[in-house]
Amino acid sequence: MITRSDLPLRVINSSPEAVAKAKKRARLSFRQIRTENIFNKTLILMGLIMVVLVVGIFLTLVVQSLPSIKALGPKYLWGKVWDPVQDIYGAWPFLLGTLLSSFLALIISIPFSISVAIFLGEYHPAGWLPNLLKNAVELIAAVPSVIFGFWGLAVLVPIVRTFESHIGVAPVGVGIFSSSLILAIMIIPYAASLGRSMINLVPSHLKEAAYGLGATRWEVIRSVVLPYTKSGLFAGILLSLGRALGETMAVTMVIGNTSLIPKNIFAPGNTMASVIANEFTEADKPVYLSALIELGLVLFLVTVVINMIGKKIIDRFTND
Amino acid sequence: MTIKRAIGAGVFFAILSTSLVSCGGGGNTGGSDSTSTDDALIGAGSSFDNPLFSKQFSEYSKTNGLKVNYQSIGSGAGISQLTAKTVDFGASDAPMNGKQDSALSAPAVHIPITAGAVVLSYNLPDVKDTLMLTPGVLADIFLGKITKWDDKAIAAINKGVKLPSTTIVIAHRSDGSGTSNIFTTYLAKVSDEWNTKVGHGSSVNWPAGLGGKGNEGVAGLIKQTPGAIGYIELAYAIQNNMPYAKMQNKAGNFITPSIASVTAAANIQIPADTKVSLTNTDAADGYPISGFSWVIIYKDQKYGDRSQDRATKLVKLISWMIHDGQQYSSALNYAPLSPAAVSAGDAVLKSVTYDGKPILQ
Repeated sequence: MITRSDLPLRVINSSPEAVAKAKKRARLSFRQIRTENIFNKTLILMGLIMVVLVVGIFLTLVVQSLPSIKALGPKYLWGKVWDPVQDIYGAWPFLLGTLLSSFLALIISIPFSISVAIFLGEYHPAGWLPNLLKNAVELIAAVPSVIFGFWGLAVLVPIVRTFESHIGVAPVGVGIFSSSLILAIMIIPYAASLGRSMINLVPSHLKEAAYGLGATRWEVIRSVVLPYTKSGLFAGILLSLGRALGETMAVTMVIGNTSLIPKNIFAPGNTMASVIANEFTEADKPVYLSALIELGLVLFLVTVVINMIGKKIIDRFTND
Repeated sequence: MTIKRAIGAGVFFAILSTSLVSCGGGGNTGGSDSTSTDDALIGAGSSFDNPLFSKQFSEYSKTNGLKVNYQSIGSGAGISQLTAKTVDFGASDAPMNGKQDSALSAPAVHIPITAGAVVLSYNLPDVKDTLMLTPGVLADIFLGKITKWDDKAIAAINKGVKLPSTTIVIAHRSDGSGTSNIFTTYLAKVSDEWNTKVGHGSSVNWPAGLGGKGNEGVAGLIKQTPGAIGYIELAYAIQNNMPYAKMQNKAGNFITPSIASVTAAANIQIPADTKVSLTNTDAADGYPISGFSWVIIYKDQKYGDRSQDRATKLVKLISWMIHDGQQYSSALNYAPLSPAAVSAGDAVLKSVTYDGKPILQ
């Protein structure tokens, strides 16, 4: 921090006007510095508030789930039965359901989001069709998830049911597969818009050099654009995975909500976020409530672990 | 430049400080609301009761000027709010259990406020007659033991009905709910196997089937899936023109669920604390999967800084709800309280005190 006494006050001309002028300038520059200091401190404060919030949420989750951790122990994580009547709580079916539906959604969404990013970033950055596409993709991110849920239940589930009866699995429609499809649509905008901005940032001299060497458009994308942007694309995919892991409303409407372990990807299941949303209001026993909060803690930790792995992969990509 | 920056920083801080202040302010008013004014009461709980309560409270405020702010956040959450003393009354579709009772700092009383029924709705497009079910068959279906609609056990009850060979798809509530509690309580009463394997509660470990969130979620699954069967509230089934099955009651009669048959089921000997399940009652013409919904208040109304005026208003309101307020039930597809239930409720209200003295004379 800079204070008034630190300021060098150099007076070259000692006439009264010059002294006054110099003092005024010093005052002005001090005022500027003070503004800078205040702004700097505000930024630090805002950053700290964010950190305090995250740590606070984590601590709250830990403290609130202590009764359940004490009563159930680590077996909670791989227990296969969730029976509120007999106070037996095992998170495994929901952990499995969350990971299965989120990663399946990610696999379905990646071709779409990368294509949209390349189309908008490299092939057609301007024009009415790209603008329409860009707005449409951004609009998907703005649609409330309950609307996706209703649409999924009313339109997508009957289609999935017909599909299931053709391939010979139990035609129930709702299940992990339906929820992955809905999730995939919901998370496309995140990876697509981050990917598009990354592709826009590729220096044009690199691309021009490649074209100059006789590379075709596909070769430029494959050998210049994608290698240059892969960490950004991956970050976008990671962001969309985080969104998929925590999505609640749309998933709970189409996943079938059973506590049984899903036998295949078409079977009904449940996710951690969905169980919390479903059962929180009527959790009428302390251990039950605590077990639900511990589910939130597990989800929190899963997200943290996946993010850490993601960061490692991004680091490795950028170091090459 | 400097002035602009200074203003910028000033605005920044102003926004920051107002947002912080407003956060704090919001928290404060939430806490003090329940005690500051005596012409508005606060209640929270059952979402099943909400349409009836809205109508009753709006009618009551026309004549008495008393406003009631009811938050339909679910029965369990309503009980938590009452335990935390942030509301004047809680409303629940299930009586408080032992653990909830022991969390209370003072004894509370239950007053039956209305009754509802849980019906079995199904999706069998080709079946024109109303399906009939016995308790045993119903339990076997929900246990996953009967898996086809043309099973001998179902056909034996529904003679002359051409049942399809479709697989039975079970739909149940995924969210914890009073509806599930009434339904599982009934199954636990009529089937020993259900009682030992699954038990009863607002959320249970379902042996089979799909879960839907809320009545609309279960109804959506039933409407969409050929061969589906699921349980929903009677009022919801009537409003949405969904078919529902006749159930055999304890006396052996097959009863169509209706407002009248629910009221009939409630016309039984009611214990002094009114905490009675209306499932599988002895009433010969009663629908067997029925249940009360209760309003729960503290037995002694002097707690915190409550005034006697506020306590009197609350007790008078509830007394009106179980007498004059019942006229609004039928139009909204709620079953009016049976005479036995009203007199039991009256007795409970007479026992409510303020600082040890009875409120109603």
